Amino acid sequence: MTNQPAAEVRELVKRYPKSPTNAVDGLSFTVERGEVFGLLGPNGAGKTTTVGVLTTRVLPTGGSARVTGLDVVADAVAVRSRLAVVPQRVNLDRSLSVRDNLIFHAAYHGVGRAERNCRADALLDRMGLQDKAKAVVDDLSGGQSQRVMIARGLMHRPEVLFLDEPSTGLDPQARLFVHDQVRELRDEGVTIVLTTHDMDEAQKLSDRVGIVDHGKLLTLDTPGGLIRSLPGCGTVEVTVAPGTESADELVARLIELPGVERVEQLAAAPPSGVPSDMPPIPNGPGRIAAPPAPAGVDRDIRLRLYVDTEPAALVGPVVALLGSHDAQVSDLSLGEPSLEDIFISLTGRDLR
Amino acid sequence: MTITGNGQLVERTTSAGPWRAFLAVLGRDIFVTGKELPAFLAQVLVQPFFFLLVFVVVLGRGGFVSPDYGSIMLPGLLAMNAMFAALQAVAFPLVFEFSWSREIEDRLLAPMPIPLVAVEKIAYASLRGLVASVLMVPIGMLMIDTHWPASGLGPALLMVVLGALLGATMGMVIGTAVPPRRINILFAVIFTPLMFTGSVQYPWHSLTDLRWFQVISALNPLTYVSEGVRAALVPQVPHLPLWLCIVVAAAAVVVLALLGIRGFLRRALD
Repeated sequence: MTNQPAAEVRELVKRYPKSPTNAVDGLSFTVERGEVFGLLGPNGAGKTTTVGVLTTRVLPTGGSARVTGLDVVADAVAVRSRLAVVPQRVNLDRSLSVRDNLIFHAAYHGVGRAERNCRADALLDRMGLQDKAKAVVDDLSGGQSQRVMIARGLMHRPEVLFLDEPSTGLDPQARLFVHDQVRELRDEGVTIVLTTHDMDEAQKLSDRVGIVDHGKLLTLDTPGGLIRSLPGCGTVEVTVAPGTESADELVARLIELPGVERVEQLAAAPPSGVPSDMPPIPNGPGRIAAPPAPAGVDRDIRLRLYVDTEPAALVGPVVALLGSHDAQVSDLSLGEPSLEDIFISLTGRDLR
Repeated sequence: MTITGNGQLVERTTSAGPWRAFLAVLGRDIFVTGKELPAFLAQVLVQPFFFLLVFVVVLGRGGFVSPDYGSIMLPGLLAMNAMFAALQAVAFPLVFEFSWSREIEDRLLAPMPIPLVAVEKIAYASLRGLVASVLMVPIGMLMIDTHWPASGLGPALLMVVLGALLGATMGMVIGTAVPPRRINILFAVIFTPLMFTGSVQYPWHSLTDLRWFQVISALNPLTYVSEGVRAALVPQVPHLPLWLCIVVAAAAVVVLALLGIRGFLRRALD
């Protein structure tokens, strides 16, 4: 049974009653055992519905979904014993203390009395909640509630943990704590399915990321693979004072450089920018020889180069080329593509 | 199902698991009730106590009601207490658990079929109704002078159990049908009419000269519980036949349970 994927959806379709479109529209992907799988998408993209199907709370209209090889509809009860859900909104039992939340959850899952007491204490300790064991849920902060929900989910030793927007509304400390816990759980072999629209979080935590929109899977790869798949997304931004040649001529020369896909002239350098008497960046054989431009010069131009290689590799050639045409570089910065660029390029900028 | 290294676990969670989970959830509800015992007692005993105090002791003292009225009203109050304690134990928590607190989610993710979660709610609420009704007996006995035949205790208990089940299943229907923003109208539109057309405060046969109200009372399933308890405990008062009370109450329980569980599934699963 352990050779079965942790989760698998095949041609999954979900249409809610009264809805004109499918919330999930032929989605297929597989979550391997032991990985952190990030499910990304804009609001309303179908992430929550997909996770709802996998966690047996939403009935699929078509296709199939399996968790640890078990069908989520036919074997719903068995599936529930294999998974745990940490929702975005607090759903702890307000009539019970923090520790009793853990204890009763374990009891629902058939964990024996001795083991659930022992495990509750261990998990409270691990989540830094020892002194909150007797606290009532209403007295907890957002971060504490979330930690209690993670601890609760772990009480019955799930094979797959579903984390829904784990750091929404948390302060940076709580966020980092949750991130550390995700990594630790992964090291312990727990499969984690993470839904988020926080790119930074997805990039940091996920082994693989699936981006969904309009109920369809747009792409699925490692964060690194996704970033590499987007050509022209790395950028080199350079501020120069043109010498003998005009801005357009410089652009025409830069575009000839190997690796440069596109060059865009940006608005003029901001007045609060780099002082114009700053020494030019010494870089490589083509040292900039032009004398410093006079202070307060307003003929600086800013160019952004879209590149399809490592942006750092182009620093030398760019500075050399500009220097050889008497253009003085006063500022240069590199832009690495991020998952956000992939996300926006795939799902667009429209508000949902 | 493949049984492998962890076959033990698979076996447990798929066969014995659901009932074990059922008992654990029931255990949680009883544990919470134990923690909130004074609140529970106040919730189920204060209202019927005042009913008896005003209608029997206060009004009886001035001769506004006959001295026998207490023995007519107490069985009605036992029925009402069973039904309303159970109804409130399901309806209110359910409205909030499905919307605001979402507490129900942890139960819906327990390894048990979803209808069993609903059945547990009904079972727990019925227990609560039964206890509320039984606790009313000594209070009533102290406040009024009445005598019950020993042979009637068994049928009376049966009717009280049916009354509790009736309240619990009705609570399931209401709790899954009423959105939280409408909860305040429950009292005015549902509870009050139910409470005052259920033959709690009057024997159904006494309404022959008020036909329209008798018909309305006959439509309220609580009438059959009140009349059934009366038939068992004070048989000298004219009452509906016990068998009719049992049949109608049981049929209402079945219908409401099916409707309630259907409503529960609709709310629990998308």
